[in-house]
Amino acid sequence: MTSAALWPGAIALLAALMVVTRDSIVHALMYLVAMLLALAAVFFALGAGFAGALQILIYAGAIVAVFVFVVMTVDSTPEALAREKARLRRGWRGPALLVALLLLPLFGGVGIAVGNADPVPVKAIGALLFGPWAIAVELASFLLLAALLTARHLARWEEKP
Amino acid sequence: MSGWLVILASAVLIAGLLVAAGVFTWVERRLLGFLQERLGPNRVGPFGFLQWVADTVKLLTKEDAPPEGADVIAFRLAPALAALPILAGFGVVAFGDGLAIAPLDMGVVFATAMLALTVYALVLGAWASRNRYALLGGLRAAAQMIAYEAFLGLSLMGVVLIAGSFAMADIVAAQKGAWFILVQPLGAVLFFIASLAAAHRLPFDLQESETDLVAGFMTEYSGMSFALFFLGEYVAILLVSALAVTLFLGGWLGPWLPGPVWFGLKVGAVALLFIWVRAALPRPRYDQLIAFAWKLALPLALLNLLLTGWVVVA
Repeated sequence: MTSAALWPGAIALLAALMVVTRDSIVHALMYLVAMLLALAAVFFALGAGFAGALQILIYAGAIVAVFVFVVMTVDSTPEALAREKARLRRGWRGPALLVALLLLPLFGGVGIAVGNADPVPVKAIGALLFGPWAIAVELASFLLLAALLTARHLARWEEKP
Repeated sequence: MSGWLVILASAVLIAGLLVAAGVFTWVERRLLGFLQERLGPNRVGPFGFLQWVADTVKLLTKEDAPPEGADVIAFRLAPALAALPILAGFGVVAFGDGLAIAPLDMGVVFATAMLALTVYALVLGAWASRNRYALLGGLRAAAQMIAYEAFLGLSLMGVVLIAGSFAMADIVAAQKGAWFILVQPLGAVLFFIASLAAAHRLPFDLQESETDLVAGFMTEYSGMSFALFFLGEYVAILLVSALAVTLFLGGWLGPWLPGPVWFGLKVGAVALLFIWVRAALPRPRYDQLIAFAWKLALPLALLNLLLTGWVVVA
């Protein structure tokens, strides 16, 4: 059972690596989609089918589609690429260090026992989200509302005098 | 089902869908001919029935060359992505009582997720072509998909609430008393509108509208790649028709005839409706299309969900 989840997990890692090493931003996004789909496969293999399906629908289907919409209009000529590279030459070190720190507890916990892949019923997820986790759900809705208002503010139409 | 049986059933289903999509192009051209008072294809085979075979042979043998400056790998990958997610989505469709390849308990979510993934075929093909018309088509496709996917999902939540399940078999079983189109008329109408957009069909095919964008995202495609985009569109119509039948028209339920026959007849009827809509309606302007989705359809879908929730809980 664990091997069924490890295989797409390995693909997800590989795809994530490809995302951050691609020069072309559209290629990077396509690897991001592959990574998200592989993560969904991990969810399916672990019995969390609903989370997997939502992962495909929300992340791969909607959020990255918005990214693609923006990115398709980005200047991707060789000159622009060279400019980007010069600008980001040293910038990656800080974030890379932080991510490496994140890995420490993960390596400490290698050998995490993976339980049985009992399928999780949809109703149980709903009961959890609106029971013990209700405050987290409401906080997330606050965040989304704030984002919505911000988008409305940025996109508002101003009459030119 | 287990192992080899699943693979065998999938192969049979995919072969059946490919033939169905081919036959559907013939039906569409004949019906459009009838609706526009002309003949339509009537030379190859009886009533021109073998026209789709001749077209397939023609498209297979045509040259299929990427344009200069194109991103060749992405250009080749995009057409393959058009039909693949849809064929995967058919895996969860219940064709009869207990007749599904993968009867997932979140089948409806999975099928809509697969529909959403088709947008990458369009935007990737558009971007890889290095063509301004194609790029504009791709941008339109991305914005339209986001706008219509949002209320596609919400419009069917009323049905899910009443049936108490995302599984297709449970939803059909819940319609033994009355089809959900009678219980959820607003949801059904919104779902139909959204499914037109999800299948990139007229009047919502602005990403390839030939009056202003040549052929939109498909401008640079020819031969088999071109055919793959079309295959994707036609199996998408069949998938959204199957979804509409399962959600609102009682699935395989019906008197006298066996379940799968009823299912096939209903899917055929909904697919014919798609052709009729294509012949009857003009395209809206792009800003009207997007404004309709966000400002009218989405609030209506939310209202429908709210009212249904009240009724179900009360």
